[in-house]
Amino acid sequence: MSAQAANHQANKPAFVHDLLGRSDYAIIGDIVAPGTRVLDLGCGEGELLEWLVANKGVKARGVEKSSARVQRAIARGVSVFQGDIDGGLADYPDQTFDYVILSQTLQETVYPREVLREMLRVGKRAIVAFPNFGHWRVRLSMLTSGRAPRTRIFPYAWYESPNIHFLTVFDFEELATLEGLKVERRYCLAGRHKVTLLPNLMAEVAVFLVTR
Amino acid sequence: MIVECNTVRFDSLALDSGGTLAPVDVAYETYGQLNAARSNAILALHAFSGDAHAAGISHETGKPGWWDNMIGPGKAFDTNRYFVICSNVLGGCRGTTGPSSINPSTGCPYAMSFPVITIGDMVRLQKMLIDWFGIPRLLGVTGGSMGGMQALEWAVSYPDRVVSAIPIAATTRHSAQQIAFNEVGRQAIMADPDWRAGSYYGHNPPARGLAVARMVGHITYMSDDSMREKFGRRLRGKQDFGFDFDVDFEVESYLRYRGSQFVNRFDANSYLYITKAMDYFDLSSKHPSLAAALEPADSRFLVISFSSDWLYPSYQSQEMVRALRSRNCDVAYVELESNYGHDSFLVDVAEQSELVRGFLASTFEKAQ
Repeated sequence: MSAQAANHQANKPAFVHDLLGRSDYAIIGDIVAPGTRVLDLGCGEGELLEWLVANKGVKARGVEKSSARVQRAIARGVSVFQGDIDGGLADYPDQTFDYVILSQTLQETVYPREVLREMLRVGKRAIVAFPNFGHWRVRLSMLTSGRAPRTRIFPYAWYESPNIHFLTVFDFEELATLEGLKVERRYCLAGRHKVTLLPNLMAEVAVFLVTR
Repeated sequence: MIVECNTVRFDSLALDSGGTLAPVDVAYETYGQLNAARSNAILALHAFSGDAHAAGISHETGKPGWWDNMIGPGKAFDTNRYFVICSNVLGGCRGTTGPSSINPSTGCPYAMSFPVITIGDMVRLQKMLIDWFGIPRLLGVTGGSMGGMQALEWAVSYPDRVVSAIPIAATTRHSAQQIAFNEVGRQAIMADPDWRAGSYYGHNPPARGLAVARMVGHITYMSDDSMREKFGRRLRGKQDFGFDFDVDFEVESYLRYRGSQFVNRFDANSYLYITKAMDYFDLSSKHPSLAAALEPADSRFLVISFSSDWLYPSYQSQEMVRALRSRNCDVAYVELESNYGHDSFLVDVAEQSELVRGFLASTFEKAQ
């Protein structure tokens, strides 16, 4: 996307329409260009891919660990592979996809750094959305309760949480720098609103578009 | 739905072994209607002991087809939408030319003079049938076990004729274990004095050998779990052991019954020839890698395996899927939870139906 278009994007009203009930999906739906090749990691039941096929005419592929979710994704016509993201992309040749999406799953992977590298090996661009552990509610919850924080975006008890890595907006940016990645775009979201002020404190969810 | 089996004769078929078979009969059944665009045809491919009777009630035997729970109006392969064809494989004994067929040059059954055949030969013959129907492209080729191998062979040999392939509980090549079980079956048949080096036609067939072969087969089609559930250690019609070698356990009774039933419907020489074809099957044999072998494949793939299938374990499907992915093929894969072992694709079809239904609908839509 051109700089002008990016500016236009930035000047849009702060309110984000949700897509399939999720504001990060709306951002991703916006980013993905029509007619491209998209791989969605941890694609669940394939709702986002189905939407991208119907509305953006993309060539869609998905990877999902849960058999039940894969079944529902395939039943809705999306080509999904049942497998693990950690180490599961090795078969794809380099630069197979225009976009590799990892939506709210990075914090669940065992080797997030390797996953990120693999995403940018098999894809030209990576779209990474994750819950921001730096959000003020998380900080406040931990500070006041003295226990593992539980908030709207981190609702699980520590012993049940699928999340095994906790990262903030700053943390991701640091890793991107460390990996020599270029942050093409960054969206910080709180509920249905974009956040520009103090994103690491105010964002519940962040969406990054990165390239190598 | 009462269905009839038809036969079509082709002049000759060139074989992988270098020989030619002439003429060749193919027994087939069809379900549903071919649409005007001839774009809704699906070829169902049967497993080792199957036949052309895949669905509906046979006019001849009154029995339902081997995949009647998957093929029919409103079912996964919905015959209100699709035209489904199933034919008996080359080397079979249910209407298609095989070792029990009469060799026109001698007037006697081929028996062991029948040429050794391959999965590739079976598929080449099926392609002649599809040409004969005037179908330019198959919407789908599908089958479980050996049927899945044929589906893969189709996708590789005739990529421009196959829109989608659905190999279920299958493999790209027979493993040592699979070959081993087949060899036990073959040896059981050939060790039966009634086998007479294959020339038993007009005499008693090698019923004991064939029954033992089938018993071994049945064990490999089930799972430890399903056998425990179905039989446990229950005794058959008695309170205590008989202290003899009659049937004690339910499982013995079941296997003996299955073995003896099989003899009535299956030719022992077909058993030898078809298991050999399966053992020879290796998509990658003439290529540097499996991925290279799959290079021509251009179809959409839906690959399904079953958690308790130890005869065609999931790793074999995963190997296939990984090779397809490395070629950036359009492939969906899932391992379904089932206790029924290799037989799952025939008996545990609720989830399989939903997958196939959705996959076919989206494939059909895209292909239009």
